[in-house]
Amino acid sequence: MTASLPGAGARPAPGFAPGSAAGTSPGRVQGPAPDSSPEGPPASGAASLPEGPGLSPCLLQVCGISKTMGGKLLLDNVSLTLGAGELKVLIGPSGGGKSTLLQCIHFLTPPDSGDVLLDGESAREMSRRNICLFRREIGMIFQDFNLFDHLTARDNVAVALRRVKGLAKKAAYERALSELDRVGLSSKALLYPSQLSGGQKQRVSIARALAMDPKVMLLDEPTSALDPELIGEVLKVIQDLHDGGMTMLMVTHQVGFARHITEEFLFMEGGRITERGSPEELLREGSGSRTADFCSKLSEIQGG
Amino acid sequence: MGRPGAGYGTVSGSGAGPLPDPELDPERTRAGRIPRRCFLSGPSPSARRLPASPLEPMDFWQYLEAVLYIVRGSGYTAGLILGAMSLGLAIGLPVASVQVYGPRWLARIFRVYVWFFRGIPIVVLLFLIYFGVYSAAENFAFERFGLRLDLSPFSASLLALGLASGAYQSQIFRGAILSLPRGQYTAAMSLGFQQRLALTRIVLPQAHRVAHPAWSNEYSILLKDSAVAYILGTLEIMARTKFMAAYTYKHIPFYILAGLLYFALTWLGVRGLRFLERKTRIPGLGHEF
Repeated sequence: MTASLPGAGARPAPGFAPGSAAGTSPGRVQGPAPDSSPEGPPASGAASLPEGPGLSPCLLQVCGISKTMGGKLLLDNVSLTLGAGELKVLIGPSGGGKSTLLQCIHFLTPPDSGDVLLDGESAREMSRRNICLFRREIGMIFQDFNLFDHLTARDNVAVALRRVKGLAKKAAYERALSELDRVGLSSKALLYPSQLSGGQKQRVSIARALAMDPKVMLLDEPTSALDPELIGEVLKVIQDLHDGGMTMLMVTHQVGFARHITEEFLFMEGGRITERGSPEELLREGSGSRTADFCSKLSEIQGG
Repeated sequence: MGRPGAGYGTVSGSGAGPLPDPELDPERTRAGRIPRRCFLSGPSPSARRLPASPLEPMDFWQYLEAVLYIVRGSGYTAGLILGAMSLGLAIGLPVASVQVYGPRWLARIFRVYVWFFRGIPIVVLLFLIYFGVYSAAENFAFERFGLRLDLSPFSASLLALGLASGAYQSQIFRGAILSLPRGQYTAAMSLGFQQRLALTRIVLPQAHRVAHPAWSNEYSILLKDSAVAYILGTLEIMARTKFMAAYTYKHIPFYILAGLLYFALTWLGVRGLRFLERKTRIPGLGHEF
């Protein structure tokens, strides 16, 4: 599979600063060429930026987001940052606000207070038109795939290329097929979602998000609607993306997978991030952390 | 010019009066003027070929003349129903979309629209539009611009049926949109779709497939509702049947004919919609058959 990831492989290593944190290029409308975004000429000073994921400049900044819905406080002043190429894992019990946080970061449900900065640009100050540009820079993967049921796999990927990016039909189909190839599904391009397995659906939805050349991907429990045999293929794609330098924030209950892929766990409960730290730190025997407790329960259920 | 009170196309009178001058066009308007002939109406029946009085027996050719006159009315009915369904669709889709995903203030306005047009009978609506809105518009155009508008009863019927159908169709599509997972809309928005595009490209193409059975229901109901348009003198099936039945005193055969015509139009339309439904079917969406 790694060999079939030309796009991801061509991405710069983690720690590379696309467009610099200062956001010097407000017109971030990307051309049709795949992966043109991270390879743009680095802004001055980018060369001197320190290497390493921990120190990488911050690509996505979530500042003090709060959200109340139906009289219930779902998010309480949540802040986090994502550096370029970083992958952070959100973990925690259901109802803890993980999905709401992702939706708020995406401004699909605008937060009541707080702000999201992508490349230093504030989403809150954007016009309605720009918020669409903002959204397409952030890819989102849903738990239940949300593939467009009336479109084939190819059209699912191509429809946004045509209607959002304004590509011609032919160019959009070409791009769609190359994205499907990247997730190993070029043979299923003309099947409808109902004719695909769960794992294949999720891979199509990843291809659909990737086709928009997102800078950040938000993954909302990408494997929890899949049966155990299909989880592997989706995790493989995510692993490949991570290796290719994609910046990701992932909600997952796959502790085993998460702890070796991520640098930082964020434990969310009651609308707050209550614990954060490296997996080694939080999951150490006898650390007494809530994360370790939660993960050991998950592992019990999942059988290790 | 027309003579007031001489019309038999309009059904306001008893309808059984003597047939007027055969040269007189029955498509007399409210103001008594003779309008340009509507291409849907076809020629009016020649009085020479009809019996001079209801008491005379009718021969085959006279029956044929009467039947053809009524059958030609299905052109009017078809035009009426196609126009009203299209108008209803053009109103119903945006109203439904706004009610589910649109701004709340607009949804509130549309709710008043739906509430109004679902709440009053079509007959009342016909009179309100024809004698109220249309007369006011004609007067206004004449007094303000010196224009002699001649708004036809056909267009008034079309407008009334279309507005009423729009209210019903909006609720059909609202149900269909609500039956889709909200994730479809969310996913489109997450890809950077403008709201309008998310609706027209992602939500509505799926909703119309779900709405199909209910929509063909609306077609068959509206088709039969369109018979009420006879009351304004729209020369569709019902108006012609009523005239013929009253003129010849042969009620039963002509009303049976009208019933058969409505039945045939319903059957044809529903078959056509069923065909469309099968054509646009997508595996896994809506029901399989």
